[in-house]
Amino acid sequence: MNARRALREIGIGALAIALMAFILGPILWLGAHAFATSWTFPRLSADGWTTHWWHEVFADSALAGAIRTSLLITPVVVLISAVICLPAAYAIGRHSFPGRRLFLIGMFAANAFPKIGLFASLAALFYAMNLMGTVIGIVIVQLLGTIVFMTWIPASAFAAVPRSLEEAARDAGASRLTVFRTITLRLAMPSILVAVIMSFLASFDEAQGSYLVGAPNIYTMPTEMYALVENYPIQVAAVFSILLSVPSVILIGLARQHIIGGRLAEGFQIR
Amino acid sequence: MTEGTTTMADTTPGLRLAALTKSLGGRRIVDSLALDVHPGEMLALLGPSGCGKTTTLRMIAGFLSPDAGRVEIAGRDVTALGPERRPSAMVFQQYALWPHMTVFRNVAYPLRVRGVDRHEITRRVDEVLALVHLTHHRDSRPAQISGGEQQRVALARALVQQPDLLLLDEPLSNLDAKLRVQVREEIRTLQRSLGITTIIVTHDQDEALSISDRIAVMHDGRIEQVSTPSELYARPATEFVAQFVGSVNSYEGVLRDGAVRPGPGTIAIRPEHIEFRLEARDGALPAVVRSVVPRGHFHEVVLEREDVTLRAYMTGRIPDEGTRGWARVQQALRYRDGHLQEVVEGQA
Repeated sequence: MNARRALREIGIGALAIALMAFILGPILWLGAHAFATSWTFPRLSADGWTTHWWHEVFADSALAGAIRTSLLITPVVVLISAVICLPAAYAIGRHSFPGRRLFLIGMFAANAFPKIGLFASLAALFYAMNLMGTVIGIVIVQLLGTIVFMTWIPASAFAAVPRSLEEAARDAGASRLTVFRTITLRLAMPSILVAVIMSFLASFDEAQGSYLVGAPNIYTMPTEMYALVENYPIQVAAVFSILLSVPSVILIGLARQHIIGGRLAEGFQIR
Repeated sequence: MTEGTTTMADTTPGLRLAALTKSLGGRRIVDSLALDVHPGEMLALLGPSGCGKTTTLRMIAGFLSPDAGRVEIAGRDVTALGPERRPSAMVFQQYALWPHMTVFRNVAYPLRVRGVDRHEITRRVDEVLALVHLTHHRDSRPAQISGGEQQRVALARALVQQPDLLLLDEPLSNLDAKLRVQVREEIRTLQRSLGITTIIVTHDQDEALSISDRIAVMHDGRIEQVSTPSELYARPATEFVAQFVGSVNSYEGVLRDGAVRPGPGTIAIRPEHIEFRLEARDGALPAVVRSVVPRGHFHEVVLEREDVTLRAYMTGRIPDEGTRGWARVQQALRYRDGHLQEVVEGQA
C-alpha cells in the first residue's frame, strides 16, 4: 500500500518536473541566450557572458524604432477599441434589441475564420483606400483582434450589475449619468480592466496583419522579429523576445494583483 | 412647496395616492388605487404576491410611472418626477448596498451626490450610524457584516436623506425569525421617534400587524380594507381579508342556533372563537376530537360536529383524540357577496 503511494508520488513529481521543464525551459534558454557571447552546440553553458546584445538592440535605429512604434500604436488601438466597444458592450449587456444575438455571433465570427484570409481581403480594400503602409492601416487591423475582448467581457460584467444597486443610487438622488459613473461603471471596472489587458496583449502581439499592412514601411515589435530572425545573430532575437514579453509580464502581474487578488471577487459578492 | 406644508400640516396627508393605475404586459396590476397616509404614520401595504403592492411602491418611489392617477408626497405632486427628485427614500428588499464602498461611503452617498459640504456629510453620517448602532462598522465593507447589520446600513442610508417619506420593501424578509422580531422593533422605535411617514410593503401578516399604525390589505390591484391592526382582525371587511389576515374556518350558509345551516352567504369563524367542553350547554353541539397538533403556545384541534368540521385553537387542558364533548361557536363573521354583514356573537 505504502509502496504504491510512494510510487504514485514519485510519478506525480516526475510529471511536475517534466511540465516545469517544458514551460520554463524555453524561457531559460531565451534568457541565457540574451546574455551569451556565443553558444556552441554540445556545450552545456554559454561560451561567455555579455550585455553587448542589449546595447546593440537599443543602438540599432530600426529595432528602437519598432519598439517606439509598438508602444505608440498599441495604446491608441486599445483606446479606440474601448471608445467603440464599451458603449456597445453596455448596450448588449443591459438592453435587449432585435439582432442582438446575431451581433454577438457576428463579432465572434471575425475570430473564427483564419485571420490571414481576412487580412488578404482587407489588404485589397486598403490598397484601394491608400491605407497600405500607414499607421492608420495597422491600427485598423489590430483593432479587429481586440473587439471580441472589449465587447464580450465587459458586456457580461454590465449584465451582472444588479438593477437594484442602480435604483438605490437613483433613489438616493443621483442622476442617470452619476449612477453610471459611480455604480455601474465602477462595478464593471475589474472586468473592463481584464478586457483592456487582453486587448493590449492582442494588439501588442499581433504580427500577421501588421506585417501585411505595414511592411516594408512600418515595423512593430512582432513584425520586426521576422527581420531579426533572418538578419541578426540569434542572441539579438532573444533580447528582443524578452523586450516583447515585458508588457505582457507587467500586465499579467497587475491583473493578478488587482483582479484575481480579490477586487473582482469582492465586486460581485452580492446576495 | 415648503410654505404650503407648514400651514397645512394637519390636513395634508404624508402620502396621497389618487386613482393610481398601472398595467404591465397587458395585465392591470394596480387598479385606480386611492390611499391617504397620515403624516408620521406607519402604514403597511399587505397582500399576497402578485397583488400589486410592489408595483404600487415602485410608483411611489418613482421607478415606474403610472398610466393614470397621481402621487403626492407631503402635499406636493411628484407624479412626473424621477426617483432622484422625490423626497422619498427606500430600503430595498435585498438592501442594495454598494459592495465597492464602505459602510460610511454607502451612507454618505446620498449627501455626496447632492453636493453637501464634506464636514456636514461626516457629521450627519456619523450621527445616523450612531442611531442604528453601526459606528464600529463605519469602515467595513457590506460583505464583511451580517445580514441584520446590512439591513441597518440600508436604513441609515435612507434616514440620512431626512426624507418626507420612508419606503420599506419587505425589509425583514431576508432575516431569520429571531432577528426579524428584533429588527422589526428597532425600525418601529426609530420610525416613531423620528416621526417619518412610512410605507412598509410586506406579505407577512404578523409583520404588518405588529409594526404598523394602519394596514392596507391589497388584492388584485385594489385595496380591500384600510384599518388599524386590531380593527382589521376583529372586523375584516371582506372574505379575502378574513382569510388573509389570521386564519378562519369558512362555510357556505348561515349560523342558526349555534349550527351552520344551508342559507345565503358565508360564515367565517376564527379558530380561537371555538369552545370545546365535555358537558352540554346552550348553543353547543356534540363534537368529537379528530386530531390534535401542538403549535407551540397553543394546540390546533380538529373537531367534527354533525353540521361541519371545525379547526380550533386551544390552550390549557387539551383533550385526547377521540374525546366526545360539546363544541360551541362564540363568535362568527357573516359575509354576503364577499362583504361583511355582521359580527355574530354566540351566547355567553
